[in-house]
Amino acid sequence: MSRKRGRWLGIYSYLLLGYLLVPIIGMVFFSFNDVLAGRPQISFQWNGATLRWYRELTQVVGLPQSFWLSIRLAVASTIIATMIGTLLALALVRYEGKKFKGRRIVDQTLFMNIAAPEIVMGASLLGMFASYHIARGFTTLLLSHAVFSIAYVTVTVRARLQGFDRHLEEASGDLGAKPLTTFRLVTLPMIMPGVLAGAMMAFALSLDDFVVSNFVSGTTLPFPVWVYGATRMGVPPQVFVFGTIIFLLGAAGAIGSLVMSRRGMKRS
Amino acid sequence: MSVSQLVTSVRLEHMVKTFGDVRAVDDVSLEIHDGEFLSLLGPSGCGKTTTLRMLGGFEEPTSGTIYFGDVNVTDLPPYRRDVNTVFQSYALFPHLSVADNIAFGLRRKGISKAAARLRVDEMLSLVDLEGRGDRKPNQLSGGQQQRVALARALVNQPKLLLLDEPMSALDAKLRKTMQLELKRIQSQVGITFLYVTHDQEEAMTMSDRIVVMNRGRIEGLGSPRDVYEQPTTEFVATFLGASNLLAGTLEPGSGDIAITTHAYGTFRSPAERTPQGLTGAVKVGVRPEKIQIQPQGATVNSADNSLTGRVLVSTFTGVGNQYVVAAPHGEEFVVYAQNSGQTYVPRSGEEVLLTWPVEHTFVVQASGDPSPEGEPS
Ligand SMILES: Nc1ncnc2c1ncn2[C@@H]1O[C@H](COP(=O)(O)OP(=O)(O)OP(=O)(O)O)[C@@H](O)[C@H]1O
Ligand SMILES: [Mg+2]
Repeated sequence: MSRKRGRWLGIYSYLLLGYLLVPIIGMVFFSFNDVLAGRPQISFQWNGATLRWYRELTQVVGLPQSFWLSIRLAVASTIIATMIGTLLALALVRYEGKKFKGRRIVDQTLFMNIAAPEIVMGASLLGMFASYHIARGFTTLLLSHAVFSIAYVTVTVRARLQGFDRHLEEASGDLGAKPLTTFRLVTLPMIMPGVLAGAMMAFALSLDDFVVSNFVSGTTLPFPVWVYGATRMGVPPQVFVFGTIIFLLGAAGAIGSLVMSRRGMKRS
Repeated sequence: MSVSQLVTSVRLEHMVKTFGDVRAVDDVSLEIHDGEFLSLLGPSGCGKTTTLRMLGGFEEPTSGTIYFGDVNVTDLPPYRRDVNTVFQSYALFPHLSVADNIAFGLRRKGISKAAARLRVDEMLSLVDLEGRGDRKPNQLSGGQQQRVALARALVNQPKLLLLDEPMSALDAKLRKTMQLELKRIQSQVGITFLYVTHDQEEAMTMSDRIVVMNRGRIEGLGSPRDVYEQPTTEFVATFLGASNLLAGTLEPGSGDIAITTHAYGTFRSPAERTPQGLTGAVKVGVRPEKIQIQPQGATVNSADNSLTGRVLVSTFTGVGNQYVVAAPHGEEFVVYAQNSGQTYVPRSGEEVLLTWPVEHTFVVQASGDPSPEGEPS
């Protein structure tokens, strides 16, 4: 009986996996699709395999720049959001009452930040930048991305902190570690999985954000915004190549973290 | 321990800690001697952990002062106190190896890795865990983890070691072994131990002195023998071992103290066993094993107190016989007779005579709440 159930579980898992992977496989597949005539653009009619788009990766005006911008943006906003989000999670879990008077408001704000439609956030951010006369560009993009990522990092890290044994920090202090040392040697290593998960989420959110970016980008176009703009004239096949690169980077990261945690498990 | 060794290492003065309306610790003053094994004993919620946490610096006292030697440490954070704690939950760092856990305190003091390694190995052999240094804490059994927690604290050679029910997770056998081991380590290393437990047998067997706490206050303090033989309050008499108590009033006089009970006439207790400042309503008591059980009508020695009663329950426990004897007015006495070849073993229902020497009779102030014996009015 349990074996039968195990088989169904297996079939179900593979179906789900397939469902999730089909669009990506399609993208990777068609990144090798040749274009026979006219202006090179994506089509879903198979014209034979080619490596041309990989060779001519940087030939489309504006596309490599937007891709590179997206990467820089994702890295920078991830760093900012992870730092602020982690500290915020610590504050929310550790302090209440007199020591942290605005705790409830901050908590609610985080929730609203996640729940609010992106379009609303984008519009209001645009309004704010306009009213403060902040020119749209990398700075506004960075600030916006950091803002919508912080809440996700905080929620992830907070989940990790909830099961945290406070006695561990007390033990560290008891053994002579100053508060910062305790944070470095005990707290941070313990919540690291949460912090990394939060950072990965922030990175992914930033990399594929379109709605907010579209509002605050001005003439500095991140990858998704650039691709959206290109759809009007026909999307160059290189977009699939960049998509494939992003996917491979993500897959490498996921496998890497899996291997690391496996090794960690074996050691402990 | 001779008097010359009684150097005070830690002094608590009028410690109070309140949580909202709860007075968790209520005016506790205590001196802990250098190198002694002091147990803190009391029922759940009486403030043991809170007292310990204030000593460790994890809990800020509402009022009161803590001295280590002559130094006021009340406001010092944990990392500036020469105290180490063995937490009830062990609190081992799960991401560090056993060796790194033990070395943690040494490394914070700036001791080199190599030097720390040597000390760690010494500690590992002291707690019988040689060769386990590379493991992670979750690869050890509960008892082994407890020894690591102990080693991690001991290796720093603190002035004072705080242990909060470190055996609570262990089975009876391991507990016994660890108790002996702890005692051995303590005499070997010569650190002052403050040991929290609510296992009174553990406290009795391991301690130089015992502190009995109740509702945030100290009710009794002294060597295990003194606290047991001369309880100072009704709470101590009933919490630490069993006591048979009768309500009465103190009679003025010299020599032995006389206590007139409401229903059974007068009992005597030696003056030197009576706490100072007793007044009015008191209770006269005796421990179950001090009572001799005899057939009714046996002669009573003039140096004994006595009482008649009827056996309600007679239980053979292997090492002895335990009886519950009802006195004429309903009070129940527990009597414990060693199984050392005594011939008289009354059955339930039998009328018996209970006698016990005056020297083993103690008097305590009756506590405010109504007497559980239900005296006839
Ligand atoms: N952080 C806290 N907040 C509120 N009340 C607390 C807190 N810590 C302890 N108390 C209360 O203080 C009292 C004493 O608690 P404490 O932990 O010192 O008891 P204990 O003697 O160690 O008990 P146990 O034997 O069950 O461990 C209890 O009534 C407890 O509910
Ligand atoms: Mg406790």
